[in-house]
Amino acid sequence: MKLLLTFSRKGRDDPGREPVIARVVKETGVLINVEKANIDSMAGEVLIDVPDGDADLIRRRLEEAGVNVRVMENAVVRDEEECVDCGACISICPQEVFSFDAEWRLCVNAERCVLCGKCIRACPHGALSQQG
Amino acid sequence: MEKSLDLINARIRDGSARVVTAEEMPGIVDELGEEGALAEVDVVTTGTFGAMCSSGAFFNFGHADPPIRMERVWLNDVEAYAGIAAVDAYLGATQTAESEDRLYGGAHVLEELVAGGTVELRATSHGTDCYPRRSITTELLLEDMNQAIMVNPRNSYQCYNAATNTTDRTLNTYMGTLLPRCGNVSYSGAGTLSPLANDPRFRVIGSGVPIFLAGAEGMIVGEGTQHSAGSGFGTLMVTGDMKQMRQEFLRAAVMNGYGVTMYIGIGVPIPVLDTEIVRSTAVRDEDLMTNIIDYGTPRRDRPALARVSYADLKSGSVEINGETVRTSSLSSYRGARAVAQELKTWIEQGKMELALPTRRIDPAKRVRPMRETAVTPRVREIMNRQVISITEDEEIRVAAKRLLKGETNHLPVLDGNGTLVGIITTYDVSKAVVTDGRLCQVKDIMTRNVIKTTPDEPVDVAAQKLEQNNISALPVVDATNRVVGILSAIDLGKLFGGRWRR
Repeated sequence: MKLLLTFSRKGRDDPGREPVIARVVKETGVLINVEKANIDSMAGEVLIDVPDGDADLIRRRLEEAGVNVRVMENAVVRDEEECVDCGACISICPQEVFSFDAEWRLCVNAERCVLCGKCIRACPHGALSQQG
Repeated sequence: MEKSLDLINARIRDGSARVVTAEEMPGIVDELGEEGALAEVDVVTTGTFGAMCSSGAFFNFGHADPPIRMERVWLNDVEAYAGIAAVDAYLGATQTAESEDRLYGGAHVLEELVAGGTVELRATSHGTDCYPRRSITTELLLEDMNQAIMVNPRNSYQCYNAATNTTDRTLNTYMGTLLPRCGNVSYSGAGTLSPLANDPRFRVIGSGVPIFLAGAEGMIVGEGTQHSAGSGFGTLMVTGDMKQMRQEFLRAAVMNGYGVTMYIGIGVPIPVLDTEIVRSTAVRDEDLMTNIIDYGTPRRDRPALARVSYADLKSGSVEINGETVRTSSLSSYRGARAVAQELKTWIEQGKMELALPTRRIDPAKRVRPMRETAVTPRVREIMNRQVISITEDEEIRVAAKRLLKGETNHLPVLDGNGTLVGIITTYDVSKAVVTDGRLCQVKDIMTRNVIKTTPDEPVDVAAQKLEQNNISALPVVDATNRVVGILSAIDLGKLFGGRWRR
């Protein structure tokens, strides 16, 4: 399951100063895969992937450390009204989220998405968006 | 054996015509042979559904009271061409709205109308004795127009180049997003279903032939603009009544960083008159070849990197120089199938009869490049030949002195053989002084990945490099990477004020 972690870096309790993820891994023994991280002077955003069964535990521990946690169920969302099944997104995506079925209908495997946003810009029909 | 069009139309009328899609035809010919397929099949339907920029529609809005001779016309803020009669205008699909807060264009207006939406018409005029009114604003539905006739100057390419990008940055093109270093390939066209691929000699596709156009019964006007069937790139000019069209087959689109375009579904029915037509409609994706072109070359003639078939492209990946590269289609094969299928149903139900061309389209014609009477300025003609440079193992202090003495901001860095290996700017030198006293040689602070130009590159291409990379000078190198000049933003000024002359 994918969790989007966000934290403010303002104030004394800045989680960005602490090895928060490493600590949670060490304490829980749960393996966390960091798929994307963007941390600057004001705020941080990290996308992690954890085993489904451990997601609640990891979520709790991170929240205790001052991190905002959001479960990303459908990272990228396809608007079926707008999509014309062209496939422009297929080769753009670094995670192979998109594919055709036997009827040349576009299939979205949103679980693999790492929210890079490339497909959203590349879609000629504005049919793709990020979960709000 | 041959079959007449009259016989085929008689069968369509009595509901006995055998109609198949171009996707089904190769299998039928394999099974029955050419003569057998000719006896069996009466009509082959084709279809394509993809981006067709060269599209638009003529409107007649009816006369207002008091009447106006519209000189400029906007539909939902998108300007239409009004240099025709008083209340006629042509709206092109790629024209964009005047306000630039979002990408909205002619294609969006056309889709909105077909979907049954309201569109704001705004027009201005100088006023005449017979048409005194000077401005008008009103809201219109498609049904309010006297005519809304789609006329697309160039649709339904026979085949199209596939695109890739060998440069180090992402390109936003009309062929979609092209990732750096051949990160992907994009292509367009329906392959085996493509209308012109099923009649490459233009025997039955020509002026007056009825077609499926965005859900309406349309017609082929004749050859499309830039028609080049002699090189495999034939095109069609088509027309149809927008009032019969459906949104499902007419969709506005935006190519990121490029602009607005329109996806249109087009299908042409092909009467199976003889074995030559049987053969041409038995074409498979494997038989249809196209080149993968490097769009990283910003010139008219771009290099081809590989030759592939539509079967290769549709497989999801192709090989370029031994590497596997994923492919993306810009046109919708599912949409193309829907077009061919619906056209098949129309004919089976007797809703459309076929016709032979009233005028043939030239299958040998080739497109020519533009005749340019003014010479395009090249970098050679405006570059600065007095290049002040430095070698990589000089001290930064020496570089600073040289920049000051030469009154320049850029120093190309050369190795011992005089070959370009980097560049430093006054900014790099200042930064080295402020941030870290330990850096002392030019090679410690230079930029190694130098954006450069060549003497015969067109100035427009060089100017684009300056703008895209947010830099103000380009070293000019020869074929052996020796610096022969430098082109700065200031040199571009030579093009103005008459200082550049041939």
